[in-house]
Amino acid sequence: MTNPADLTLVEAATALKAGDQTSVALTEAVLTRASLTEAAVHAYLTIDRSGALAAAEAADRRISKGRSIGPLDGLPIALKDNMMTRGVETTASSKILAGYIPPYDGTVVARLREAGAVFVGKTNLDEFAMGSSTENSAFGPTRNPWNLDTVPGGSSGGSAAAVAAGSALAGLGSDTGGSIRQPAALCGLVGMKPTYGLVSRYGLIAFASSLDQIGPLTHTVEDAAIVYEAIAGHDPLDATSFPGPAPSGTERLGEGVSGLRVGIVNELSGEGIDDEVLAAFRTTVQRLASAGAEIVELSLPSTATALSAYYLIAPAECSANLARFDGVRYGLRVDGGTVDEMMSRTRADGFGPEVIRRILLGTYALSAGYYDAFYGQAQRVRTLIIQEFARAYEQVDVLVSPTAPAPAFELGAKTQDPLSMYMQDICTIPSNLSGHPAMSVPVGLSATGLPIGFQVMAPALGETVMFQVAAAIENLSDDIGRPVLEVVAS
Amino acid sequence: MPIEIDIAHVARLARIELSERQLADYRAQLGVILDHAARVQELPTEGVAPTSHPLDMVNAFREDIVRPSLDRDEVLSQAPDATDGFFRVPPSLDNE
Repeated sequence: MTNPADLTLVEAATALKAGDQTSVALTEAVLTRASLTEAAVHAYLTIDRSGALAAAEAADRRISKGRSIGPLDGLPIALKDNMMTRGVETTASSKILAGYIPPYDGTVVARLREAGAVFVGKTNLDEFAMGSSTENSAFGPTRNPWNLDTVPGGSSGGSAAAVAAGSALAGLGSDTGGSIRQPAALCGLVGMKPTYGLVSRYGLIAFASSLDQIGPLTHTVEDAAIVYEAIAGHDPLDATSFPGPAPSGTERLGEGVSGLRVGIVNELSGEGIDDEVLAAFRTTVQRLASAGAEIVELSLPSTATALSAYYLIAPAECSANLARFDGVRYGLRVDGGTVDEMMSRTRADGFGPEVIRRILLGTYALSAGYYDAFYGQAQRVRTLIIQEFARAYEQVDVLVSPTAPAPAFELGAKTQDPLSMYMQDICTIPSNLSGHPAMSVPVGLSATGLPIGFQVMAPALGETVMFQVAAAIENLSDDIGRPVLEVVAS
Repeated sequence: MPIEIDIAHVARLARIELSERQLADYRAQLGVILDHAARVQELPTEGVAPTSHPLDMVNAFREDIVRPSLDRDEVLSQAPDATDGFFRVPPSLDNE
């Protein structure tokens, strides 16, 4: 029998409904898995054992009375530690927030709580979500369960590693430049970034407000669609929240791709992409064609400038957002003779090097004399990218590319060269700049047994067709299985 | 042309106290990143409006209704220093 920690959300919910499982048993199973794997993987910063078991007991009471409150009731889920959880430490992996206990739940947390989800704990990330490897954590790196010498990707590497290792059945991440999709690709999971504005950012510790979106990391496309539907929808507490109804994620999952037009973005599917990743990409495109999709090759030339625009816009917004960490209202304080000295010392001591680098970069890009040449120009390039995507979506239903340029790399391989780390996101960044939804689906393993992801992008509010294509790809691809962790097998 | 960065000024604006050594390191790293980022200047953007919000949305308004806010003591319990219902900080001016 399958260990309950290795079930999908749908399988676990079915077992709960049938009375073959209890939420407490599922929760115990993932907690036991975590106790075996955490020393090696370090997916979690905080495990809330008592909170999780109390929530599981409450779910079991509801379910035993026939009063289940939906598809996530009683299912153990991991939360990235940049999401506010009332009464449970929330640090965004930064020393400047060590020990911080939020006085409220973020909207996604509140919605999942109302849906009956059981929160296993808070997962590791690159400090303030700035990074692509989860090595920039003040509390130590996370390792990829597929190969412990490699990174899980980032910044949502903790949630990805937790789900891959079976120490949660699903996880939430946040995606500013690829921070859900790239770790999903590197850890063999489905990872999805919704249309900007569909999921509330209230209670998400802000990195770059015009780019950040929360989304699911799961084993299957259907699981991702279910979590997406639970967290999407208008929230008056987020002024950028989309006021209309959120598109369905599950409606067309079984409908295949016959008659759909699938566009290959030439600029994202050639130069700079690893041979094995390209081969897996082409095989998948071939399978989509055989299944009846019409394949169209497209050129989106301004995507070549997307990375440059991103590394002006994201740092600029982060330098403004992170001004709030000043030793006054929460977190660390380093004493100084004046308030200015106190703030400057607190920030120097509390922030890690990548966060300082981006704050300085953003401060420079926004400062007098440089604003128009850098930040202003980047915002205009962003408009060009949006216009190009809009023209592309007149010709096709979805766009596709590899998710990450290569499978997981070894720890330390890119930490000395920020630009090479930033290149991890070349395929994912354009959808953040355009605000469009995008997701990664696992399509194979490299020769060394590391997962490879395939990205599906859709126009704004195009989640339904995106999930439809992703589900078809999942059906057409070989199952990559689960990572084998010696600590679990023995 | 390599990009000139007055890194000490930028660090002061950002309120981050850095050593001379750190300033030199960050200046070198920012130079490399900005060199790459400056590629945005190669695209013709005359007459193109800047995007600050990816969806075509205007200001979001809500009814001006009084609602309960966070508990003051709970919020202040997270502050490094608080007294009499206020956050407490060192003087903003030097005494000299």
